[in-house]
Amino acid sequence: MSDTATTTVEPPRYSRAPRKARGLEKRAWLYMRASGILLVVLIFGHLLINMFLGTGVRAIDFAFVAGKLANPFWIVWDSLILWLALIHGANGMRTIVNDYARGALRAVLLGALLVATVVLLVLGSLVLWTFDPCIGDTSSGVLAELCGAQ
Amino acid sequence: MHEESGPASGAATATIDPPKPRRIAGTLYRGREGMWSWVLHRITGVAIFFFLLVHILDTALVRLDADAYDAVIGTYKTPIMGLGEAGLVAAIGLHALNGLRIIAIDFIPGATRVQRPLFWIAIVLWVALLAGFLPRHLMHVFGGA
Repeated sequence: MSDTATTTVEPPRYSRAPRKARGLEKRAWLYMRASGILLVVLIFGHLLINMFLGTGVRAIDFAFVAGKLANPFWIVWDSLILWLALIHGANGMRTIVNDYARGALRAVLLGALLVATVVLLVLGSLVLWTFDPCIGDTSSGVLAELCGAQ
Repeated sequence: MHEESGPASGAATATIDPPKPRRIAGTLYRGREGMWSWVLHRITGVAIFFFLLVHILDTALVRLDADAYDAVIGTYKTPIMGLGEAGLVAAIGLHALNGLRIIAIDFIPGATRVQRPLFWIAIVLWVALLAGFLPRHLMHVFGGA
């Protein structure tokens, strides 16, 4: 038995992570759930249009994409998927790398992940927002008039 | 304090068998639905992530060269890629439905206690999703004309 006096410890009787660090990881945790719900709608919508309706994957070609990207609605839709999904996926991969890799390997993998994510976010955004239908076949149809006038 | 280890003796003591270890206990974390949903979520997540990387790159061709884009997207219509797309949609469907289960467990009070039935509900919805998608998709890929 101890002969020291009893000390009363006020609850909570455990230590929390520093407030700043907790805020960052908590935001990442919350992001996974918020983006997850949005992505269920955005990606199922994407799959419905591109993989299910009409002749599904058989219908996809340059003209199909040009038709979609003529509507700002789909540019915004695809941009949301690009940003939400890539950051969601990169954060998931960060979790997995932190679980299984140590030391220099972890640093290299996390660095590669960050570079790949930033490069693809920039590339994807440029493609969506600077898309030019006139690089396709403009010999007939809507594009002949549209692109010939330029 | 008395010793905690060892069985207590005495006439009034009931004998309680320790829980029988499951066949694969010791090599797996817990097992059962909770662990396997976690494993499946990781595997499908990694698979979807790498597809996303490729998909952003192949779609980027749409900005550079219409014929090059058509050629690459043409490979998406071949039987092998068609089966890959079936697997991709299956992975996305499972990740999405189990993701909604995780969100329910995290945010709805009491949902943790029914995490196991929630997993099987997700599986049933996933099977229904694929039952709607797969026949149509496989007809698009393997069907004539």
